Amino acid sequence: MTVQFGNPDRPNSYIGKTVPRPNAGRLVEGRGKYVDDIVLPRMLHVAFVRSPFAHAKINAIETADAASVKGVLRVFSGADLAEVCTPWVAVLAHLKGLKSPPEHPMAIDRACWVGEPVVAVVATSRAAAEDGAELVDVDYEQLPVVTDMMTALDKDTPILHPEMGDNLAFQRVNEEGDIEAAFAGAHKVVSAQFSTARHTGVTLEPRSILVDWNPAENLMTAYHATQAPHMMQAVLAKHLDVPESNVRVICGDVGGSYGIKVHVYPDEVATAAIAKIMGRPVKFVADRLESFTTDIHARDHKIDAKIAVDRDGKILGFDVDDWTAIGAYSVYPRTSAIEGNQVINLCGGPYDFANYRAKTTVVFQNKTPTCQYRAVGHPIAVAITEGLVDMAAAELGMDPIEIRRRNMYADDAYPVTSPAKMRFEGLSHHQSMDKLVGLMDYDALRADQAAAREKGIQRGIGIAAFIELTNPSPFMYGIGGARISAQDGCTVRMDPDGSIVALSGVTEQGQGTEAMLSQIVAESVGVFPSKVRVITGDTQVTPYGGGTWASRGAGIGGEAALRAGRALRDSILEVAAAMLQADQNSLDIRDGEVVDSDTGVARMPLEELGRIVYFRGDTLPNDLPRELVQTRHYITSEYPFAFTNGVQASYVEVDTDTGEVTLLKHWCVEDCGRIINPQLVDEQIRGGLVQGLGGALFEEIHYDEDGQLLNGSMADYLVPMAAEMPDMIIGHVETPTKESALGAKGAGEAGTAGAPAAVMNAINDALRPMGAQVSTMPFTPDRILRALGTIED
Amino acid sequence: MSEMFRDKIEIDLTVNGEAVQARVPAGQHAVDFLRQELGLTGAHASCEHGVCGACTIRVDGDAVRGCLTLAAQLDGSDIWTIEGLTDTDAIRDLQKAFVARNALQCGFCTPGMLVAVEELLSKGGVPDRAVIRDHLSGNYCRCTGYEAIVDAVESVARQRAGEVTS
Repeated sequence: MTVQFGNPDRPNSYIGKTVPRPNAGRLVEGRGKYVDDIVLPRMLHVAFVRSPFAHAKINAIETADAASVKGVLRVFSGADLAEVCTPWVAVLAHLKGLKSPPEHPMAIDRACWVGEPVVAVVATSRAAAEDGAELVDVDYEQLPVVTDMMTALDKDTPILHPEMGDNLAFQRVNEEGDIEAAFAGAHKVVSAQFSTARHTGVTLEPRSILVDWNPAENLMTAYHATQAPHMMQAVLAKHLDVPESNVRVICGDVGGSYGIKVHVYPDEVATAAIAKIMGRPVKFVADRLESFTTDIHARDHKIDAKIAVDRDGKILGFDVDDWTAIGAYSVYPRTSAIEGNQVINLCGGPYDFANYRAKTTVVFQNKTPTCQYRAVGHPIAVAITEGLVDMAAAELGMDPIEIRRRNMYADDAYPVTSPAKMRFEGLSHHQSMDKLVGLMDYDALRADQAAAREKGIQRGIGIAAFIELTNPSPFMYGIGGARISAQDGCTVRMDPDGSIVALSGVTEQGQGTEAMLSQIVAESVGVFPSKVRVITGDTQVTPYGGGTWASRGAGIGGEAALRAGRALRDSILEVAAAMLQADQNSLDIRDGEVVDSDTGVARMPLEELGRIVYFRGDTLPNDLPRELVQTRHYITSEYPFAFTNGVQASYVEVDTDTGEVTLLKHWCVEDCGRIINPQLVDEQIRGGLVQGLGGALFEEIHYDEDGQLLNGSMADYLVPMAAEMPDMIIGHVETPTKESALGAKGAGEAGTAGAPAAVMNAINDALRPMGAQVSTMPFTPDRILRALGTIED
Repeated sequence: MSEMFRDKIEIDLTVNGEAVQARVPAGQHAVDFLRQELGLTGAHASCEHGVCGACTIRVDGDAVRGCLTLAAQLDGSDIWTIEGLTDTDAIRDLQKAFVARNALQCGFCTPGMLVAVEELLSKGGVPDRAVIRDHLSGNYCRCTGYEAIVDAVESVARQRAGEVTS
């Protein structure tokens, strides 16, 4: 049976419809169950003493005063935990040359960034643990710091980890064609420097973990706000010397992730180590300062880049020199080289050109480690690419839409391999651009811009086309040696009352995984979505899987669910055929009833079939299989990744007196293949857009030259709030992937990927008549006024 | 918490229509008291310094930050949390609209967001989108991008004003 996606009137047509999320009802009633809501008998709390210095030797730790606080039970040093927890090294074999020193759950004799955990205080309440932590006296001896990215490799810069030999973590050049010749023969070469600020995810629920160690059963249970329960199971097992099968990771409601909660954090592993030592449940919930100093950071890149074009605006080549500083350690187990690697894989993504050179240089420094955060590398690569394309268009006096149309891969060009060696199965750049131009009414907007300009109001239109990497295969992590599953599974079962339970290895972080899965299972089995209960986030219960990352839930978890649901349908119909003495092929399941497929006439409700199978199996033929539980797994194999594409537009107004940028409106057309739930896809796009808009206008972690983080609060690290955000128009083109029956690709990162570039181009479009240009994010009033020459140093 | 803040204080209040008597540490925040002592985990602690709004509760009719209020200050007050507002169907229309419009994703901000929205809507009338956005400027949502929330609030305001909405 294949799903007739083109026929909206097909039976059980839930794939492609907006169906409410089954878990949203309890969340609006305050009945969510996040880690901090869980209380276990004899539960303890841990608070961490963290390094106040970016780089310091730990000479001595005095804990007597802390231990005397009422409620404090134990105080642990890094050396104490090292006795039960082995260190990790975050490298991947396929990222050749990547190096990073061993990292422990807490610093042992040296702290390498402000916020690194040094001492753990365990008490009967969080308040007592914090009181104790304040009384711990650590004798630090400050060491020279490495904080500046661009001088990290200079001879006179101290080496952060002497055993590594230098401060270079990773370097790679991605090269194709003859870049020197292309630039030498170009009609125009446009160069620019870009920089993207250091961001962090600012999940509203801080990182949270509650670990219970049961020595009698040799069983560790971790209630964890995570995106990857099975990955965490493997990590805790390996480093705490527990068999993998004896670690259970339970992931209930998670209050925002965006990539922040897919990594291994030293303080979370420390919590597990402490639970194992003490034999009692131990909870750690980061406070907000801890979130800012210890959640991974991202996007701290500086780039020199140039584009070569011919007289007609045809792109001849991109030459990109990308630098990023990743903090003191590569983050386990996904590593901190991926972001730079993605930048040099994604530049020039939408365009058909021949010559490419992109180099990334990844260095260590004494700051919070960086790692994968929503749309990893994409906003950087899109800003470089689309910034340069716009600058080239301006040089040529060409319309920014026109230059893109002349260079984007033709919609019938696929399959194709890009100069960056990315393989595209099927994209829709031109169709998407046409749709965008229609949605935004480009010509009318240009007229509005011109009319405003007449009145001295500076408005600008910015376009940004992008590609997005989704549905990752083992080429992302597995081939490098990490125990991170690219495969995902789904078990679907029919219970006696005819209801369906689906257990999936992908997780729910709020994006709507459970709704998406319920729709797919409902359609593939033939029941109402309300009859499908979806269970995720428990390593002891669900099939093995990767969880949520790189926009894989719908494309991979969804396909596994589709296949499992179809298998269950076949099993049910096999039983039904025997009971009804009918040909199995003449039967179907619709709305929870077995029916004649030709006429739709009801033959038997599923609850009757369930009653017979479960309670009166004696009445069925002895040799009749009655397997009303089916499991299927899915992994992509033909392409390393399923790329999606899209294009965004931003319309802004720049106040040239104050430097303030107002977002008037934003558009995004994207192609994530088969859309399972239009509303959920739109809202993923909108949420992603706003994270990208934050990066464009507000978000920037500041450090001083000593490596002190300066803005570690929500009042100081600005994120978008309701008042500054525009309404956003979303459109779609659907080019399903042919690799799966479902045809779904990912949609979680498209918004974030393109929004900063669209805003940058819009601002520059507004400023161009004044001869001003910005390319350092975020575009704060200060930076705008400097570009205009209003402020000079 | 220094010794002074460990001192216990007797409080007498109404929470979700039920009388509550408690002896609380002087330094305990209202949101911690509600969550830890009364098991009302709907309000969430997030920034813990009054910026994000995830801890918003209703105190004597006003939307108040549970992280900037001490439990001791609740003495004599009438407190409503998301649990009580749910049980009494006081904001059922808003909750339905949030679900229908998918005006929440992870849901962590939602209980506080709903209390803040109800404060706006209880003033009556149909606020325009800019007013809604302005009123919600103290409630941080990292998932949705806010537009769906504004849509849901606007639709409920219209319904309550007797306007027909599609």
